[in-house]
Amino acid sequence: MSTSQSTTPHHAIDVPYLARLARLELTEEEVGMFSGQLGRILDHVEQMNRLDITGIEPTAHAITVFDVIREDEVRESVPKEVMIGNAPHAANGLFVVPKVLD
Amino acid sequence: MSSFTPYLSIAGARRLLRSGEITPVELLDGLNERIDALDPSLGAYVGRDLETARNEAAKADLNRPLGGIPIGVKDAITVKGQPCRSASRILEGFTAPYDSTAVARLRAAGAIPFGRMNMDEFAMGSSTENSSVHPTRNPWDTSRIPGGSSGGSAAAVAAGTAIATLGSDTGGSIRQPAALCGCVGLKPTYGRVSRYGLIAFASSLDQIGPLTSTVEDSALLLNAMAGKDPMDSTSLDLPDEDFTAEIGRDLKGLRIGVPKEYFVDGMEPGVRAAVDKAIAQFESLGAEMVPISLPHTEYAVAVYYIIATAEASANLARFDGVRYGRRSPAAKDLQSLYGKSREEGFGLEVKRRIILGTYVLSSGYYDAYYLRAQKVRTLIRRDFDQAFSKVDAIISPTSPETAFRLGEKTGDPLTMYLADIFTIAANLAGICGLSLPCGFSERDGSTLPVGLQLLGRPFGESRLLRIGHAYEQSTQWHSRRPPLA
Repeated sequence: MSTSQSTTPHHAIDVPYLARLARLELTEEEVGMFSGQLGRILDHVEQMNRLDITGIEPTAHAITVFDVIREDEVRESVPKEVMIGNAPHAANGLFVVPKVLD
Repeated sequence: MSSFTPYLSIAGARRLLRSGEITPVELLDGLNERIDALDPSLGAYVGRDLETARNEAAKADLNRPLGGIPIGVKDAITVKGQPCRSASRILEGFTAPYDSTAVARLRAAGAIPFGRMNMDEFAMGSSTENSSVHPTRNPWDTSRIPGGSSGGSAAAVAAGTAIATLGSDTGGSIRQPAALCGCVGLKPTYGRVSRYGLIAFASSLDQIGPLTSTVEDSALLLNAMAGKDPMDSTSLDLPDEDFTAEIGRDLKGLRIGVPKEYFVDGMEPGVRAAVDKAIAQFESLGAEMVPISLPHTEYAVAVYYIIATAEASANLARFDGVRYGRRSPAAKDLQSLYGKSREEGFGLEVKRRIILGTYVLSSGYYDAYYLRAQKVRTLIRRDFDQAFSKVDAIISPTSPETAFRLGEKTGDPLTMYLADIFTIAANLAGICGLSLPCGFSERDGSTLPVGLQLLGRPFGESRLLRIGHAYEQSTQWHSRRPPLA
């Protein structure tokens, strides 16, 4: 498989649509670059289709994790001022965002 | 007059501290001076807080296992009160509100977190060129990359500007930079070390681990960090274990698998030669080398770049410019606050992976990509299960090549991704892996370190460290130093 920049990928992906889903604004230049690069990465990923996966269970975690339950105890937590202190914009102990409803 | 000397191991520094030949403050100051002298040309550090560390050093309890030992921490792992930004613009101005469990446990063992180490932004990369702060350079040749994503952690240990550091490994991010810089790096089994306080990249793959100058030092750090943590439900409750317990024992009767899929054409000749010599060395140490097969190896990169990007696209949704980190001044409404803060805050590679991850999880593609990748992941896991029914460890090169030049691969992400081909499968299977120096390769006039990878059974770190230590002590590779000015 060629990895060169000039190869036209078989896969076409709608980068502006995905960027909207991901709440990520992109420049036109980034959209153009990613379309080609991600298409070629998906061409590489295509090799998975050679495998017969009938009846194979998916692995979400390599080490099986069962439901983990702990006692519901009252514990000390990080003070609110410390957490709010990292906010780019806060007032009266609250996060401030642009108006959502008119 | 302080007796600070560079390239102290943890075990060596501990002897000097306990015998009173050096005080913890002198050790820290000596290290800090060396960082001042060398780091401007390496860029391994993104920050240091000498004053806080000196206060802790002055109170250090030398009776504890790591008493008075300064440890560098990858910028993705929180240290209370210190900046932590995963080398990203989007976390500019962020101060960690709490210690990660790994750091809290190191502190409990007496260690002093000193210095934050450079990395690829959000641990996405294999060269540390994706840091938004600055690139890190390889101490063996500063025109070359140190590997990544824990490139700062590896470069500092190799340059003797850190005694030991923490990194994180999602697809090789501890082992590959350790190999390219010529130090030791351990990726523990998934679930061995708590991920609480590690800024998440791909949660089913991420694991914190040590980068050190000797195998024994990695065992000492794992001793301090391992164990169940109520704050990470994927950390496992296992009996306490001393990971140094098997160190020093010989290799007679142990079986080491040589997977044919990891010894294919296209590898750098000097890497192949060094690893072949290591295999012969293991035989002379009494280990039995067994040919094995891991038939699904060729699919690992494809599976990884689906699963890791899918998990990353979900994990990085939290960086929205609202509760912490950078907010775009250009935002007009809530949607543009999200979109522009993320556009301005994330670097190219992070954006690329968010888009890819969003694609493979999006409606209509989930089954074809994400679900299929999870099924192939099962096949990769089974390969290792079958192999470990026959052998105690698996040997391979850590990377098919030595350190490449800055800028050499930044234009082609797929080529960069293929650099991780030998390390990725261990994360998909959740097993432990160790990289250690095994020689040098001549590449374009430079003499560059080669890394040997040893993979072990899930929760088989003690055996893995024993095997690594026996090899290390039978060679001189770990005592070679880079040609620093």
